Amino acid sequence: MPTLTFSPKDRYNAFITTLNEAGTGPGKLSGIGIAVKDNISTSGIPTTCASRILEGYIPPFDAHVVTLLKKAGAGIVGKTNMDEFGMGTTTENSAFGPTKNPADPSRVPGGSSGGSAAAIAAGMVRMALGTDTGGSIRCPAAFCGIVGHKPTYGRVSRYGLIAYANSLEQIGPMARTVSDISLLMEILTAYDPRDSTSINCPYAHTPDPDVHGLKIGVPEEYFGEGVDPRVASVVWEGISLLERKGAEIITCRMPSMAYALAAYYVTCTSEASSNLARFDGVRYGHPADTKLQWHESFQDRRRNGFGTEVKRRIMLGTFALSSGYYGKYYAKAQAARQQVRTDFLRLFRSVDVIAGPTMPTVAFRLGEKTDPLSMYLSDILTVPANLAGIPAISVPCGTSEGLPVGLQIMGPHFRDERVIDVAYAYELGVAR
Amino acid sequence: MVSEKDVAHIAGLADIGIEKEELAEFTGRFNEILDYFDILDQVEPGSRGETDLVNVFRDDVVEASLPEDEVLANTREKEDGFFRAPRVM
Repeated sequence: MPTLTFSPKDRYNAFITTLNEAGTGPGKLSGIGIAVKDNISTSGIPTTCASRILEGYIPPFDAHVVTLLKKAGAGIVGKTNMDEFGMGTTTENSAFGPTKNPADPSRVPGGSSGGSAAAIAAGMVRMALGTDTGGSIRCPAAFCGIVGHKPTYGRVSRYGLIAYANSLEQIGPMARTVSDISLLMEILTAYDPRDSTSINCPYAHTPDPDVHGLKIGVPEEYFGEGVDPRVASVVWEGISLLERKGAEIITCRMPSMAYALAAYYVTCTSEASSNLARFDGVRYGHPADTKLQWHESFQDRRRNGFGTEVKRRIMLGTFALSSGYYGKYYAKAQAARQQVRTDFLRLFRSVDVIAGPTMPTVAFRLGEKTDPLSMYLSDILTVPANLAGIPAISVPCGTSEGLPVGLQIMGPHFRDERVIDVAYAYELGVAR
Repeated sequence: MVSEKDVAHIAGLADIGIEKEELAEFTGRFNEILDYFDILDQVEPGSRGETDLVNVFRDDVVEASLPEDEVLANTREKEDGFFRAPRVM
């Protein structure tokens, strides 16, 4: 079997682990080196979630998506840096230090899949896997100037993904071009009975750039308060290009956007508080002191093992689910989530896709965002797709202040093909 | 508003173990975020949504699982094929 060699100069701290040699085989991805976010299990290769609590953990099995990549002939060349357990928008919340943005190393690459995006933007790999719970593929794609796709919930198996918020997260492809995103989708969408939410809906599609007669909905809220007018104007130009190619632009409203961010943060922290209870140091990771009482040992492990943002989210979720507060937070968040979904379903009766900016601003400076709430607010344009479970892609659409801007295209459930087609039309339109 | 005492209680419930000197900072941030979550008070309780869910349980038959030595490979604390855990009582 041919082997790939990989010994990059990692100037941007994109990787937590690199493999000097990776086996490849025949198949659609033959000979291609692929980077995998470090919350996706890789047999025999350390998997840390960028957390000290998983120091030394070596998974005994491959995630379904990793099995599929290997079967298609790809070589896994490394595990990429991320915000700890996916909790962040900048890749600064990593126990392995922040990743820098190749477009401007004084800036963050976005997060939480910042290492994957930076590795592609820096030309170290052609493709990578990321995960997207509230924008963690699309945000770094936008900030680094590459393409990133969050598939429809259920289209890609989460078996072997170390869970943060199961009802929201999806594994998805990141690459330089839309064609490569499409190629990876062909490989990643194989049904897997080991993920109970996996749906048998294979992607077998060649991108088609024809947008004649396509109806593009543009919600006012995606250009509203908090969105940098310079970013908004770059994205409008992008949408106008699609109009010149024959698409029809229809402005619309999404009233549930008012609640989407709060609904997202209540839901994801609640799920995190339960999911991260498994990190007790008994079965893997930094070992627990078995001479102590259970709670003492458990608290010791977690005090030293988790970073501040992870502790904050576990506590927020514990609070939101606690007796007396469940009705005020979790139950209300689920009602709001349903409204977001209903809004999308209503809009998709009259439009084919919805377009807007991926992020409200360009990449922040390293260390710029210090308070958690203002960091959370920057996810406002990406979380609605996760709440509704719909597919969403970010494609580079020019620059503002010399920094990359992403155009986001969202589509109905299981119409990943359609959002990829529109992104492809945009990419080709710019190239011409 | 939650107090430092509330936050310490939540940290205890979550077995997070935060330091005394971190309490004030955590409490301040916590309140800023909870204030923002108050917007959810305006949400009308809605329908439950999904009605066409199907059961995905598999049949209750034994399937291959990971070998014992691989399951135990990631811990130092093991004994006779079991994990050794801290005392519960």
